[in-house]
This record gives sequence, structure tokens and C-alpha cells, in this order.
Amino acid sequence: MKVSFSWLADYVDIGMPASELADALTMAGLEVEAVWDRYDYLRTVKVGRISRVAPHPNADRLRLCEVDIGDRRVQVVCGAPNAAEGMLSPLALPGTELPGGARMEKSVIRGETSEGMLCSGGELMLGTDRSGLMVLEPGLTPGAPIADALNLSDIVFEIGLTPNRPDCLSIIGIAREAAAIQGTNLRQPEIAPPQGEGDARKATSVTIHAPDHCPRYAARSIEGIRIGPSPDWLRDRLLSIGLKPINNVVDVTNFVMMEMGQPLHAFDLDFLAGDRIIVRLAHAGERFTTLDEKERTLDEGMLMICDAEKPVAVGGVMGGLDSEIQDSTTRVLIESACFDPVSIRKTAKKLGLATDASHRFERGVDPEGTLRAIDRAAQLMLEVAGGTLIQGVVDERPKRVGPERIDLSVAAAQRLLGIDLDRETVTDLLRSIGFSVDPVDADGLSVMPPSFRVDVTRPQDLMEEAARLYGYNRIPITSPLMPAEAKVPSASLQLRNRIRDLMTGFGFTEAVNYSFIQPDAPDRLRLPEADPRRNAVAILNPLTEDQSVMRTALLPGLLSNMGWNLARQVRDLKLFEVGKVFIGKKGDDLPDEPQMAAGLWTGNRTAPTWLAKETPCDFYDIKGVVEGLLTGLRIRDARFTRLPDDDCFYTRPGHTARILVGDAGIGLVGEVHPETLRRFDLKGTAFYFELNLDRLLPLVPEVRQTADIPRYPAVDRDITLIIDKATEAAAVRDAIWGSGIDSSIDSGISGVDLIEAIAFLDAYEGKNIPSGYRSLSFRITYRSPEETLEDERVSVVHKAIADHLLQTFKATLPTDR
Amino acid sequence: MNRSIEAIKEAALRELASAGTPDAVKALSVRYLGRKGAVTRFLRNISALPAEERPRAGKEANAVKKALEATFADAEQRLAEGAGAADDAIDVSLPGRPATPGRRHPVTLISGEICDIFARLGFDIVEGPEVEKDYYNFEALNIPKNHPARDMQDTFYVSDDVVLRTHTSPIQIRTMEKQPPPVRIVAPGKVYRCDSDLTHTPMFHQVEGLLVDRNISFGDLKGILTAFVHQMFDDRTALRFRPSFFPFTEPSAEVDILCVMCRGEGCRVCSRTGWLEVLGSGMVHPAVFENVGYDTSEYTGFAFGMGVERIAMLKYGIDDLRKFFENDYRFLRQF
Repeated sequence: MKVSFSWLADYVDIGMPASELADALTMAGLEVEAVWDRYDYLRTVKVGRISRVAPHPNADRLRLCEVDIGDRRVQVVCGAPNAAEGMLSPLALPGTELPGGARMEKSVIRGETSEGMLCSGGELMLGTDRSGLMVLEPGLTPGAPIADALNLSDIVFEIGLTPNRPDCLSIIGIAREAAAIQGTNLRQPEIAPPQGEGDARKATSVTIHAPDHCPRYAARSIEGIRIGPSPDWLRDRLLSIGLKPINNVVDVTNFVMMEMGQPLHAFDLDFLAGDRIIVRLAHAGERFTTLDEKERTLDEGMLMICDAEKPVAVGGVMGGLDSEIQDSTTRVLIESACFDPVSIRKTAKKLGLATDASHRFERGVDPEGTLRAIDRAAQLMLEVAGGTLIQGVVDERPKRVGPERIDLSVAAAQRLLGIDLDRETVTDLLRSIGFSVDPVDADGLSVMPPSFRVDVTRPQDLMEEAARLYGYNRIPITSPLMPAEAKVPSASLQLRNRIRDLMTGFGFTEAVNYSFIQPDAPDRLRLPEADPRRNAVAILNPLTEDQSVMRTALLPGLLSNMGWNLARQVRDLKLFEVGKVFIGKKGDDLPDEPQMAAGLWTGNRTAPTWLAKETPCDFYDIKGVVEGLLTGLRIRDARFTRLPDDDCFYTRPGHTARILVGDAGIGLVGEVHPETLRRFDLKGTAFYFELNLDRLLPLVPEVRQTADIPRYPAVDRDITLIIDKATEAAAVRDAIWGSGIDSSIDSGISGVDLIEAIAFLDAYEGKNIPSGYRSLSFRITYRSPEETLEDERVSVVHKAIADHLLQTFKATLPTDR
Repeated sequence: MNRSIEAIKEAALRELASAGTPDAVKALSVRYLGRKGAVTRFLRNISALPAEERPRAGKEANAVKKALEATFADAEQRLAEGAGAADDAIDVSLPGRPATPGRRHPVTLISGEICDIFARLGFDIVEGPEVEKDYYNFEALNIPKNHPARDMQDTFYVSDDVVLRTHTSPIQIRTMEKQPPPVRIVAPGKVYRCDSDLTHTPMFHQVEGLLVDRNISFGDLKGILTAFVHQMFDDRTALRFRPSFFPFTEPSAEVDILCVMCRGEGCRVCSRTGWLEVLGSGMVHPAVFENVGYDTSEYTGFAFGMGVERIAMLKYGIDDLRKFFENDYRFLRQF
């Protein structure tokens, strides 16, 4: 909402500087978002004295004017017929931007330089005359800014109104607040339409078929009106808040809307069949052309203003093209109505039409202001457009809407606000903005909100009114009583934070991606038809196609980060993300939102330094990160087994492991499939892991118990097997743990229990190993908690384990060859 | 006995002077004092001397042995401690083997910091779904369908009744539905609005708080938010409470803080106002309490909410909101 001081001054005396008023309004809840002078655009327009006029050498209709602007003289090419030597006229210097949007630059016109433009009043929005240069009073000083010379200054506020304050969508509404802030009086305009002729109730009629949508509709008519431009004062009012004058009748409707907040519409009565108004709901599929010349298809919920035969306006939103005021109009019907906010909002949304009228009706207009507004408009139209008023007003009001009395306990207000505002103060504050307040008892007040405050319905609303006018910042700071309770984040949140700590410790940097991704992401990931990750939650109104579904995996986001960074020459990336994915369900059930963690490593493991050559990262780098992460979470029994090739969709077959804890699959780790990279327009290699944190969470041990530090020394023994290549190393390790070998030396401890650790020392294929086989070397660490192990005992166990492995895997020892 | 004990000592000391490492000294020590060492052999051979020379020679030799032992031990320790021996110095100015830490995303850093402050003040951290029922996101928060207040938040719709949450406020409702008062929670998380330009991203992060108990006042709201701002920024950061409108609070207030860049002088960051809008807040609207079945005659409460990116921008001097989600390594590595 824009407010100019010149207009505001009609209703309230402003006794403080603009900046102070702006602050005061802001602190009362009407946020002044911008302050400027309406004539700021004239900053580079100066008083110019035309010192010489000469013909243009290359154009008959143009002349060269030498213009004195105080400190220098400039040459200007001018086509105005009235340019004359000695005359004073406004000169717009290069850089001037006129309200129409045109920007003045130094130019060359037909071979002659023009360092500005001599202007007409119309061009500068100072009057309407465009026939020739604006002639300035002779006494003005050349070079003076035109705004100063003509004493032009009008401060304008742009106020960002919250949706609860439709009463302030008017100059009077803002004036009322300003008056309350200053403790001064509001001056309402005097409204008294002259005596008319005839009888409006006979000349026209209003029939309302949809009282819920239209609780009130008033009409007045004027005959013999003459359409023309508005007088300067009216044009100036509209221009001061950036509205474009159109013609005297339309300007009056806009003026009254801005002055009082009541949207009005003026119909050309000659185009209203039967000279009557019927208010009804539209029929489905009905067509109608609004005055923006667009044909619109209506539906049953929309309220239409009709004449005896056809619709003439979309009620409260926009008038029709056919019945709009034209230059030839002589008979006018003025509409002033009260429409249901919800109905207007729905209609405006559906039609994609937001007008000054719909904006106000959606928020609620004063149901008691209908007649004041129509009277004001009639009075002004007669004044600026002539004609004869038809006596009387048709005021159909099938339904009463309006404020209700509210009981306010001052003690309750004190408790809620935390300040001892006394009853008199509350009363004064509320009365200052038009509330009627009556004391009930020592504590209670009975308050009647003014009809324009449609937002005030509860005691708390009154408390807010009192508090905001009193000043929020005068309410003392207190502290609520809080129990001495320690607050611990949920296990899930702790897990996510722990993962962030561990991953950053491993050198990974955290990414946060949008939750929405491209709808073809499942195809790019080559997910099979039945994969639940194809059930993406789709957004009905996405901003872009690329952000139209909710992500079902973190990989697409990380791949796009890889692309972004590669394009910027950042090639070594270790990124991770922790966040939700969204797996859609049928119907309106909310989707599953599992928490996931994922990491992507591409480029070098080691950057080239003087210590080491650059080394690209590989599968075992990312796997090591996952192992470290799980160890950091104290998950001991994680297993990695080859993900069957048929299950590798976006990771490379044979280079992907499923991560299991017990029987629970918690994720995967592997090389991103080259085809996946290709489908995300990427080259190179990348390694990836993903973990489902909802599945991981219950596996994280809560209790930590320490074990004794071993007291006796350990014994290491190595073993090397030549074994079928297809046998996973982990299977061999599991076979050792599961061998059940007895130590055969009776100490109550089996051989397996003597094993403390198994480490992989080597995996080798090639020379000296038959094809289809490889050699695997392990180091087994034996230790007894009870004694120092003797070599012979270890040998017996180690041999038994070796034999078990040879038999289980049909393996051989290198020495057998 | 062709060498005198003095000659042996001199030779030992001469050799010691050029021994540059503890090991070299040790080797020297073995050669002179070890089982087959020169000094040891000398001592062993004393018995071959004429009887009258033996006591003096024995005494001298033992003195030399002791002196050398002490000298060798000293030299060994001195070398081990690093004195001397410049020959095998390394270029300590060369960089070490990289051990490069990763970085947290600024949003999770700040969100965590905000939650930590409120946890210290006694608030629980609660989370909720990001794809949310219209009821929880709007209706229960006193934002009916077709109310202009819906324009305050451009909403992504999944269906007529399901939206991407536009704020983390639905967690208020979900929490109050589950438990009787008192309630003291903060709700961090992602939120979504159908808006994208220089100052808006379609996804951003919020932390929202709710406190419901007996006798909670607007003054208490000011107290808690003041404590928060002073911890988040510093205790010179003044706050200003400005009347505003949120459908789920009444009275409502925007909270401005004194510009952290210019301290109120007026700069580009605060649009020359000296103030920065960082929080929305207010006393819980009775309609919200009615929707969750709380007794409005007994309980009052306040709610507040803030944008995490906004605070991160102020704390870290980030000028472009979009940087948060581009995930440019050169940006992320700065935190």
C-alpha cells in the first residue's frame, strides 16, 4: 500500500518528520518498507533558459537550442513549436528516467548532438499539456533543480501490510493509525451528495440470488454525465500513489477505493439490459470477457454481477469489457458492495486475476462502509463529470455481517502481556483507533470493534491492539520458569550428528542438496520397475521440471554436485550428505521418510605432493571409509558381500558390496556404474556408499562396556591358500571363525577362542597361480586370556584350521605345488 | 702392553669427537669398554705387569674406564636429545603428509548451534515429516483454506490435502496432540516454498520453538529470545519487537536485531535501517490451543521461528542464498 503525504494530510496533521512517522508506523505494526519522494525522478531535470534558437541543418522540423543551465550551456535538439529565445523551460539531462520508463541519454539527432531534452508538462507528469514546452515563470534561476524551483516535494511511504489489516488498505486507514500514534484527530471527509431527481428504486433494481457470497450490494445511478479527463487535483491524488488516471468516472471509483478502502465499480448503464442488477453464481462453463479483453471460462462457485440478460462483471474481481465506461458513456451505475472474502479469493485464484478490488475483498471490507463510499463517489462524480443524480440508493442487504462485542479482562491481558497496563490505559488505547469501550466491572471491559476491523474477534486480538499501540518494546523482559531438566537429542539426531563428525574426520565435506530432483532420476539410476524408489512423491506445482519430484535416493544430488565442481576444475571430491529420502505410498498417506547417509569420492586419494605421486581413489578407499564409519559407531559385526550383478543398477557389477549387519541389509558400497555417470552427463570414475540410518539406528549399541586389557603375549601365524578365485575372502575368514576347531589341549578353551584377530595380508593372482585361482594370505593372531601360549599348542590349532580351510574350500597350500 | 692407558683414552676421545649419532657412540663404547674392548683388554693384562706397577696401573686404568663410561654416556644422551649433528637435518619447511579434515555444511552447523542454545535453555529437540498434511501445516495452525494468510507462504502441493511443509510449525501441533502441557520444544528442519529468486530458495531450513505452560507471558517470550540472540551473536546485540501478524500467534511480533555488521549505523546488509529481521514470534493463538484440546483458560504459550540460512548468512558473511545449495567445494571448504 502506497501513501503520499499530500493525500494523507487531507485527513490528519502530521506533526513529525517523515522518518519518525515511518518508524512509528513500523513499530505499530504497519511496516514502512520504503520511503521516497514522489518527485525523485526530477532530480536531473533543471530549469533551462533557452539562450539561442537556430535551425537544424539537416531537419526542417527540428531546431537547435542553446540552453543555459547556470554553470554551462548545452546544445539540445528540439522539435517543440514554442521554443523561443529567452524562455525558461525544464531541461531533462542525460540519465533522467521519466515515470513512463523512458531514459534520457545524450544522443545525436540527424547529425547534431543533443545533451538533454526540453520537456512538456505532460512528459514530466506535471500536468497534461503535451503540445509544447512547459513554460516556466521568468524569475526562476537557470540550473536550479526543477523540483526545488517549483517547490515540488511529496513523501511517499510503501507500507507492507499484513493480511489481517484490510482497514489500512486505504489512506484514511493509515491516517487513523497516524492520528492514534500522534494523539491527534482524524478528519473524515464531508460526504453529502446533492439532492437528485427521480427515484433510484424505480429506475433500477438489485436482486441478490447468492446472499452468502454477497451480503450487501448498493447501487446509485447518474445520468447526463460527460466523460473526460479528471481535474488536476484528482489526477494528482492518483498519481501521488502511482495510479494512472484514466477518465473522470473511473478515476473517482479508484480515488474512493484508495481513500476509504471500498472497491467500487462503474457500469455504463446503457449496456445493462433492463437497467437492473442480478447477483448470482455462474453456470459451469459460462464464458465471459473481462475488461482486460480476455475471455474466461467460469465455474459454479464464481459470483457474477449480471443485468437482466447476461453477466456484466466478475463480482469483486473485474468488470466486463462490454459494460465498461467509454468516452461516449452518459449514464453510469455505481456499484458499492460487500462480498464474501473466501468466495472472492477462490474466484480470483481460479481466474489467475489479482486486482486492487479482489485484494481488498479477500481480506474483508467494512460492511458498514458501503453507503458512505457510494455517496462519496456519487458526490465526486457529479463534481468532476457533471450530470444528474437519480435520487436515492438501492441497498440490498440480505445478510448482516459485522463485528461482535468482546469481553476483555484487563487482568488476563496483563498476564498474557506481562505488563501492568491499567484499565484506563487499555481503554484509551482502544478508543484511539475507533473501538467503543465500556467498563463492566473493576476488571472487565466490554469492547465493540469498529466495523472496519473485521480481523478483531477475540480478547487476544484486543490485547494485541493495546500492546502494539503501547509499544512492544516497553514490555519488560522476564524469564519463564523452567524445570531443571537435562535435554538430550533423540537417538536418531545423535546418530546423524555422530556420522557428520566421523565423516568430516575422514576428510569428507558435507553437502546439502534440494530434496527435489528430476523426475527421470529413477531411469537415470536404471532402477527396475518394481523398485520402491520409483514411487517418488510428485509435486503438483513444481518451479521447474528438474525439481518436480522428491528424491528417493541421495546419489543424484551428489552426482550433480560432482558435475558442478568438475565444471569448475575441482576434481578431487569427498562429499557426503545426511538427509531424508521420500518413498511415496498409495493415496493420501504420507510417504515414508527414511533418513539416509551417502558419500561420494572421486578423483585422487592422494594429491601429488613431494612425498607421494598422485593416486586415484578406488573401491577400497570408500569401503575403508564405511568400515571406519561403522567402527566409529561401534558396530562390530558388519559384513560386506558381493551384490549380485542383477541387483547392481547404478553401481558397477562386481565392484559393489552389500553391507549387512547380522541379517539386516543397511546399505551398499561400490563404484558408480559408468552408465550412471554417463546418464548424469559425467565422465571419470566415482565411488559411492549409502546407508539407511533408520535400519542402522537399532544396531548401534547403546551401552559401552570395556574389556580387560590382555595380560599375556599374542602369537601371530600366517597362512597362504591357493583358492578358487570366486571364493570371497570374507568367506574364508568366516570359515575360520566358524571352524569350531578344538585346541585339543584340554584347557577348556577351544582353538577358535584363541583367535584374537584375523588380518588379510595379501591377495594375489598371476604368475605361479593357476588361472581361476588366487592366493590369499592371512595372519591369525592367537592369544589366551589365561596363560602365555606355547608354540606347540598354537601349531596344533593353526594346523587344524589350515586343514579345515583346505577341505572346506578345496584349496591347496603353496608348498603343495 | 704396547699402548699406555692414556693413549687409549686419547684415541677414544678423538674418535668420539667425530661420532655423530647415538649409535656411533654406542659402537665406540663397545670397542673401548666392551668385553673385547681396548680398555678391558688393558685391565686384563695388568696381571702381566711387574707387581710394583700393578696397583698404580690398575688405579689409572679404572679411572680411565669410569671417565670414558661417563663421557660416552653423556655423548650418547646429548646426541639422542638432538644436540649437534646438523648433517642429517631434514627440510622441516616442506609440507607434511596431508591429513585434511572435512567440513560440515554451514546450515547444519548453524542449525546445530541454534538447537544447542535452546537445549541448554531447557528445550527438547523434536523433528517431524517434511511431506505434511495440509491440516498440520495450515488448518490446525489457524490458517484455513482460502485465507489470504496462505499467500504469506507459497506452497508446494502434493495433493489437495498434502503439502511440502512450508514451516516446521506442524511439529507444534503434532507434539501438542501427543502430550499434555507443559511443552518446551524446538523443531529444526527443511522447509519448502514455491519461490526462487535472489533472496529465496525453494528449500531452506528453519528452527521453530514452542513453550506452553501456566503463566507464560509476552515478557517471557522476550526473555527467551533475548537470551538466545545474546548467545547466538553477542550480548551487545539489541533486540526490537515489532507488531506483526501470524495466523497462529496473537499478539504477534517480528524480532529485529541490531545489525551485526554496522551495529545500527546503517549499511548495505540492513538496507540502511540499522536493524535485521531474524525471527517471527508471538503468543500462541487460542484457536491453535483449541485445535489440540488445550485449556486456554489455564495455559498460555509462545512460539517463534527463524530461518537458519538467514542467520548463517549473518554469522559467516554469506551474500548469496543460492550458495548454500550449489555445494561448491570451494564454498563448503571454508567452514
